[in-house]
Amino acid sequence: MSTATYVSKRAGDGKVTLPRVVTAEWIKFRSLRSSWITLVVAAALTIGFGALFCWATMSRWDHLPAEERAAFTPAEHSLRGFFMAQMAIGVLGVLVVTGEYSTGMIRASLSAVPKRLPVLWAKALVFGAVTWVVATASVLVAFFVGQSILAGKHLDTTLSAPGVTRVVFGMGLYLTAVGLLAVALGTLIRNTAGGIASVFGVLMVLPLLSEALPSSWQDHIVPYLPSNAGQALTHVTQAPHEMAPWPGFGLLCGYVVVALVAAAAVLKRRDA
Amino acid sequence: MIEAVGLTKSYGPKTAVQDLSFSVRPGIVTGFLGPNGAGKSTTMRMLLGLDTPTSGHATVNGRRYADHPAPLREVGAMLEARAIHTGRSARNHLLALAATHGIPTSRVDEVIDLVGLREVARRRAGGFSLGMGQRLGIASALLGDPATLILDEPVNGLDPEGILWIRNLLKSLAAEGRTVLVSSHLMSEMALTAEHLIVIGRGRLIADTSVADFTAGASRGGVRVRTPQADELAVLLRELPGAMVAVEDEPGVLTVEGTDSEAVGRLAAEHRVVLYELTPRQASLEEAFMELTRDAVEYEAVVRPAELVKESAA
Repeated sequence: MSTATYVSKRAGDGKVTLPRVVTAEWIKFRSLRSSWITLVVAAALTIGFGALFCWATMSRWDHLPAEERAAFTPAEHSLRGFFMAQMAIGVLGVLVVTGEYSTGMIRASLSAVPKRLPVLWAKALVFGAVTWVVATASVLVAFFVGQSILAGKHLDTTLSAPGVTRVVFGMGLYLTAVGLLAVALGTLIRNTAGGIASVFGVLMVLPLLSEALPSSWQDHIVPYLPSNAGQALTHVTQAPHEMAPWPGFGLLCGYVVVALVAAAAVLKRRDA
Repeated sequence: MIEAVGLTKSYGPKTAVQDLSFSVRPGIVTGFLGPNGAGKSTTMRMLLGLDTPTSGHATVNGRRYADHPAPLREVGAMLEARAIHTGRSARNHLLALAATHGIPTSRVDEVIDLVGLREVARRRAGGFSLGMGQRLGIASALLGDPATLILDEPVNGLDPEGILWIRNLLKSLAAEGRTVLVSSHLMSEMALTAEHLIVIGRGRLIADTSVADFTAGASRGGVRVRTPQADELAVLLRELPGAMVAVEDEPGVLTVEGTDSEAVGRLAAEHRVVLYELTPRQASLEEAFMELTRDAVEYEAVVRPAELVKESAA
């Protein structure tokens, strides 16, 4: 029996640092086929539905009532596919975390990084960056495809028209915030079905549900719901009672930060 | 070196681990034994900071696991082999873990070769057999070339060849001066692998001793004697102080307790009794374990054979 203590020598001498955890999370993200499939689906939904709506409007334009024509905004119209894309991104954001819980991978992840919080920050950073790039790129493609379709009736607009650049790039930012909210909800709930349901609930059900409130209350609640506040950034002109674009998006970011902080507190405290 | 001091873990009213203190020395394989549900896995999760103890604390190489700046290079762990995302390849799994510590890719390929997974390293881990999963778990544990290894049931689901491989691997890792803690509910496996034992039952420490002492301590010992003059010898043996003789069903076989084979042999020679067989019987580790943990088994079958018979008759 030897009593000399073994000294690790074959694995370098690196310590755990946030940039290294970010690298690890990037490897994890890119090495799952589901990541890429979901991103492609999100891009296809954004571009495909945008093109479909533009084509439908263009082909029915001559028969549209005057008020519908007056309300038509070509920039927003070409980006309508976001409504579907945000669900794909929300699901992927939840899965980035809950996929680890359902497979047991989380124990390996937290053993490697026992301080835990770097794992959450790295996941948010990697997923946020990937979502921003993919969302912004597909929104730009959707915009240009949509406008080229609308050009058939000379209904198209350009990035230089007032507010259009903000709407187009704002849509990429909105989808990124949705992705981060999903990462936080996934961490809080730790369960795929529950996480996805809560993302749907917050983004889609809450606005519908609030329609049932008396209208005098609605004005004080509806504009401040996460999805409505954030989507203010993606509207060329604001509806009555809607928040201004940047304050609205700022409020959504506030919700995201609160959710991430809650997720961090829970991740740090709970048994894995 | 692993040290646990007063480790306690409660889930609501249920106490999984109670006031558990032990230390695990480097250079030998230490077996962590207990029946299913005894609290082995919970204890190991507490050692790794995955579960927070209700009270008490555990340190590895003098520090809490989470306080090590490079934990994977201090402690390699395998807690339930399937701590792997099923959609990811074995190599990418290891690359991601390695990245957190800046461990080079060359080391990842080294451990893949070491556990013999080269052929399948780029396949999705979801399709792995139980044995391949265990090997990947061990590769993850060895990734940081750690001085301390904590392995939860590493031989579970392995074929005989795999079991032999693990046994030798664990011994060679310990021989290099590492601290090796291996849990199992299989006493027989530990008898072949471990030098030291920590035995728990219902979350409490039952024994912390060497394998040899453990067997001897719990051993009822006894001597098996086969002779054509069984009746004659039985009478003589009953005269021997402290000796208790049991006549076995097998004709001509006696079991003598409370004395040793030397005394029985001498007595037989003095009285010219012919012996065909004289075997000191050592309680197997398995028996010792059963005896020690009898009161500490979490889930016991409550249906007695007689009731089973009645059930099936009805």
